[in-house]
Amino acid sequence: MPHVLSEKHIKKLDDLKKLYPSKQALMLPVLWMIQEEHGHISEDAMRYVGELLEVPFGHVLGVVTFYTMFHEKPLGKHHIEVCTNVSCMLRGSARIVEHLESRLGIKLGETSKDMKWTLSEVECMGSCGTAPMIAVGEEYFENLTTEQVDKLLATLERK
Amino acid sequence: MEKYILPDIPDLHSIAVYEANGGYKAFRKALGMKPEEVTDEVKKSGLRGRGGACFPTGLKWTFMPKQSAKPKYLCVNGDEAEPGTFKDRQILEFNPHLLIEGIVLAAYAMGITTSFVYVRGEYGKWVRMLERALADASSHGYVGDNILGSGFSTNIVVHKGAGAYICGEESSLMNSIEGGRGYPRVKPPFPAQSGLWGCPTTINNVESICNVPVIINNGAEWYAKIGAPKHPGPILVGVSGHVNKPGVYEMPTGLPLLEIIYKFAGGIPGDKRIKAVIPGGSSTMILRGEQLEGVCMDADSLKAAGSSVGTAGLIVMDEDTDLIQVITRISKFYYHESCGQCTPCREGTGWLWKILQRFERGEGRTEDIDLLMDIANNIEGNTICALGDAAAWPVQSMIRRFRDEFENRAKSLTMGSSTIAL
Ligand SMILES: Cc1cc2nc3c(=O)[nH]c(=O)nc-3n(C[C@H](O)[C@H](O)[C@H](O)COP(=O)(O)O)c2cc1C
Ligand code: SF4
Ligand code: FES
Repeated sequence: MPHVLSEKHIKKLDDLKKLYPSKQALMLPVLWMIQEEHGHISEDAMRYVGELLEVPFGHVLGVVTFYTMFHEKPLGKHHIEVCTNVSCMLRGSARIVEHLESRLGIKLGETSKDMKWTLSEVECMGSCGTAPMIAVGEEYFENLTTEQVDKLLATLERK
Repeated sequence: MEKYILPDIPDLHSIAVYEANGGYKAFRKALGMKPEEVTDEVKKSGLRGRGGACFPTGLKWTFMPKQSAKPKYLCVNGDEAEPGTFKDRQILEFNPHLLIEGIVLAAYAMGITTSFVYVRGEYGKWVRMLERALADASSHGYVGDNILGSGFSTNIVVHKGAGAYICGEESSLMNSIEGGRGYPRVKPPFPAQSGLWGCPTTINNVESICNVPVIINNGAEWYAKIGAPKHPGPILVGVSGHVNKPGVYEMPTGLPLLEIIYKFAGGIPGDKRIKAVIPGGSSTMILRGEQLEGVCMDADSLKAAGSSVGTAGLIVMDEDTDLIQVITRISKFYYHESCGQCTPCREGTGWLWKILQRFERGEGRTEDIDLLMDIANNIEGNTICALGDAAAWPVQSMIRRFRDEFENRAKSLTMGSSTIAL
């Protein structure tokens, strides 16, 4: 089995085991750890999880594909998510989408060829009162104007 | 009104500040009461759930068996993914100890072994804030074994979701914690009989739980007098859309929607007219601007107006809003989030979205309006979980209250095609 989880996470898993009455309940925590380390969850990693938690591979695959935040393929270095749900729509998310698409040269749902950017449309992120918004990783950027988007892209570009 | 859930106290997320402002006092008080007395207070307070269905919290707690050979669990629902809802996030960020105190109170009342706080995966940052607060609460002896020397022990685990609106539905949430896909379960059995791992389980929303310390501190009678008599207490109202000051506002229940929009949220930009509001998150029935006079943010008043409180996520739309675009986007959401277990929901949500897209492009036919209604009526009440209803209600109410918008969009094509037919 190739390296899947770091020592740090294996130790954390041992602690978590004490909190849940079943092994299978560690599913989401383990998948989050793998994604944190590798950026996505490969088929090999899913087999590893199956063995670790003693569930069939098919079950792990079913879980990974059910949740939108788990990725089977690597994404671009910067994953930009734009909310287009009602409250954001009412406050101009279409303008933000258009601007991002033209600046990055990719459409919603696409990853740039150089693997630098992935642009996704997402459902309500709980930022309706600070719309429009985008999320990059765990960071939220709210009350956005196109000028602020430009500034943010410039910062990310340098990273 | 004084604020209890989100008071304006700087650094309240820190345990020292929380304690200095009366934090964990309710819990100490409860340790001197019998567990049933705590449940009784919550029952008498009239608190109703803030997660969408307004179910009486104390009554729900009494469904839990007093004696149980199996462990008992509490799930705290912080999945918060109903479009237009952004209040629980404020609690996680600004007052996490109120939530933790509420959880240990609930755990004491019901004899809970472990509580799982299910927080949506997108809230990674707020998950960490809650975990930090939880570590502090544990090291101060409020959570864990033999709490404050009382002999009472209970654990709290923060469980992070991974992006699925359906996991906010209580039985789906339990399947998600158990490590499966978030498929809702057929009820009965109800969670209080057979929930997590087949054990007695209660599910409460984050904000609901945060009301418990307030009730225990001040007494049920005091609490019952706040706001609307049949739906009392402080409530977090999230106002979004076309208002000057969108945000989460704490207020007593029962305030007029117009007061919320104009006094709290600063009115409509450019002093435009209100065309429509969605009072409690995207699944609640839409109301016309002209019908808002006298309608208040409580269960009875909104029911009488033909809608519901839901999550109190109030979405305001001004006179220039394209409501066809709004309902198309809402339908896309429910189509995307349907778990696919039930045919009416899986197929119906897809048809609704497809037909609505036709209207959006100006290609809808007048007959399609009744077809939409028909599909929505066939989803409603015919599914395993309430996502089906949540998908049907916005479409039904939009057609009932804004039929003209559909007709105006449809007409152009009917005329156009008849010209071609001639
Ligand atoms: C599709 C769907 C999504 C839901 N999402 C949430 C949610 O994100 N948060 C929540 O507290 N309740 C949600 N609910 C309601 C829960 O099933 C449950 O009624 C609630 O958590 C109970 O808490 P309460 O009694 O304190 O309101 C949802 C229900 C459905 C049908
Ligand atoms: S109503 Fe929809 S979301 Fe709920 S169980 Fe059925 S298919 Fe799944
Ligand atoms: S609608 Fe965009 S964050 Fe809620």
